[in-house]
Amino acid sequence: MARRALGRLGHLLFVLWAVSSLTFILFRLTPGDPTLNFLSPSFSEETRAALLKGFGLDKPLWEQYFIYMNNLLHGDLGQSFLQGKPVAVLLADALPNTVLLTLVSLTAAYAFGIVAGAFLAFRRGGVVEAVSIPAALATRAAPEFWLGMLLLAALAFQTGWFPTGGALSPGREMNSFADRFVSADFWWHLALPALTLMLYLQGLPLLLMRATMLEVLNDEFIVMAKMKGLSRWSVVMRHAARNALLPVVTAFALGLGASIGGNVVVETVFAWPGIGRVLVQAVQSADYPLAQGAFILIAASLVTMNTAADLAYAALDPRVAVGAKR
Amino acid sequence: MRSASAILRFFRSEPFAVIGGAIYGAIVLVAIFADGLAPYPPKAILRVGARVARYLPMSADHWLGTTSSGRDVLSQLIWGTRAALAVGLTAAVAVVAIGTVLGLLSGYLGGWVDKIITWFADIVLGLPFLPSMLVLASLTRPGTLVVILSVAGLLWPNTARVIRAQVLSLRERAWVEAARVTGCSTGRIMFVHVLPQVLPLAALYGSVAIGWAILAEASASFLGFGDPDTMSWGVMLQEAYANQALSRGAWNWFAPPGAALMAMVLAGFLISRGSEKLLFPKLAEQ
Repeated sequence: MARRALGRLGHLLFVLWAVSSLTFILFRLTPGDPTLNFLSPSFSEETRAALLKGFGLDKPLWEQYFIYMNNLLHGDLGQSFLQGKPVAVLLADALPNTVLLTLVSLTAAYAFGIVAGAFLAFRRGGVVEAVSIPAALATRAAPEFWLGMLLLAALAFQTGWFPTGGALSPGREMNSFADRFVSADFWWHLALPALTLMLYLQGLPLLLMRATMLEVLNDEFIVMAKMKGLSRWSVVMRHAARNALLPVVTAFALGLGASIGGNVVVETVFAWPGIGRVLVQAVQSADYPLAQGAFILIAASLVTMNTAADLAYAALDPRVAVGAKR
Repeated sequence: MRSASAILRFFRSEPFAVIGGAIYGAIVLVAIFADGLAPYPPKAILRVGARVARYLPMSADHWLGTTSSGRDVLSQLIWGTRAALAVGLTAAVAVVAIGTVLGLLSGYLGGWVDKIITWFADIVLGLPFLPSMLVLASLTRPGTLVVILSVAGLLWPNTARVIRAQVLSLRERAWVEAARVTGCSTGRIMFVHVLPQVLPLAALYGSVAIGWAILAEASASFLGFGDPDTMSWGVMLQEAYANQALSRGAWNWFAPPGAALMAMVLAGFLISRGSEKLLFPKLAEQ
């Protein structure tokens, strides 16, 4: 177990290094130099040179790479071109909003998906299955931002039940994240984006839970439980469901990593001040340090959660030969 | 008569796949006959008398009403099928081609080739899909080409992994051994003998990749990184969102393009689910 964990950790570090190097290369592919995008033409050549120097862009590429890597290791992501604040500060402001949105919607989606999936495995065939499986597939097929637009039009603009965007009502200021967390206004704003994501995300756990349940129901220990004369419901819920949860737990961890980056469109639709929206705005306004920082943060969470999912799976399922040769 | 009953039998056993196929068939037909079917040119600014026909509700003249700039929604929707098919098919073919070839090489050759490809796949899987596409689009030139390249460059590892696993088991079969003994070159065994065996699986992944590609194009367009000159469903949704269609309750404008996107992606899911049973009969027994 320890060896496998170490191996996965080494692999994680390798991928993190590769992804951040790739990011470095990617952001230097830009035609021209980045200052052209935010300098007005009236700036003198000296101002431009001073700015280049300030951002360390006058040095040779390999030196820039080492500075970049060194800064990254120290959590220094540079200064935003446009907002004049450190990128790390801007990201730290946005991250809790994204994490909260992701956690709330994923938890709701998986709670619903697990129960509904187990129920569908319990009741095979018939009208319920014929309707609910295509419905689950359809919610996965719909573009997330369109689901958001439908909910926004129906529940915010037409009925006025929910706010039309943002994280707080206009004029309200929150000093700390803790203040925000206990404010009803914040949760009221969270409701629609979270509902959108939940609708989009529930299909996967539902289908996964149903499929693994059907598989588990054929296992020997289930036959045994049946022979012991336990009720069908008890067999399904207490014996089968527990074992069927494994892949679902793994998918949850993977989903956590993926949604932090995947929230991009939903955050944009609802003007939710999270990492995804920061990335979109930074990219649209050619604020490269900020875009680069947001991108690295999103990629790092994805890679880390992938490793976590892998380890969780190995830890939870004794059947996975730990450290076994592939 | 016989073929009709065969179709009926297929429909009974694989209703999902048939419905998915029917949706695709309909979209292809609409795309081919878009010029004839669309009641107006998709970008024409229509007028009522001297005024621009903005935000018209649904009517006999405009089945799905008009946009904020006086364009016919139904005509745009019909023309959108072409963009969706073009992006979806190109990207899916690219994903499947890259994934299949790399999976085949990695699984059949093993050794350091396998190691390098697997490493490479792991790195690509560490790149978040939409953010990577946005960054690529902003650093180069926004448009359809970037979308297709991103989909191809970022989604191949999923196909490659499955193909690799399949090839690992195929290469131990007796007929591969037989081909080797008769003196077939490695390349010939891989591409003439093994490749055809994994193509159905590759096609399965392709039908899902079409959906991902179309959703990727729609998301990119919605975020402003698509090609504004292409008449795509994503561009329609972006225009609707940016021009207060939501606050005006112009459902006739923003509901249809999303529904069309959903239908097309769903068709891919349904086909892959249906053909999964044909390809892996063991699953069907459960």
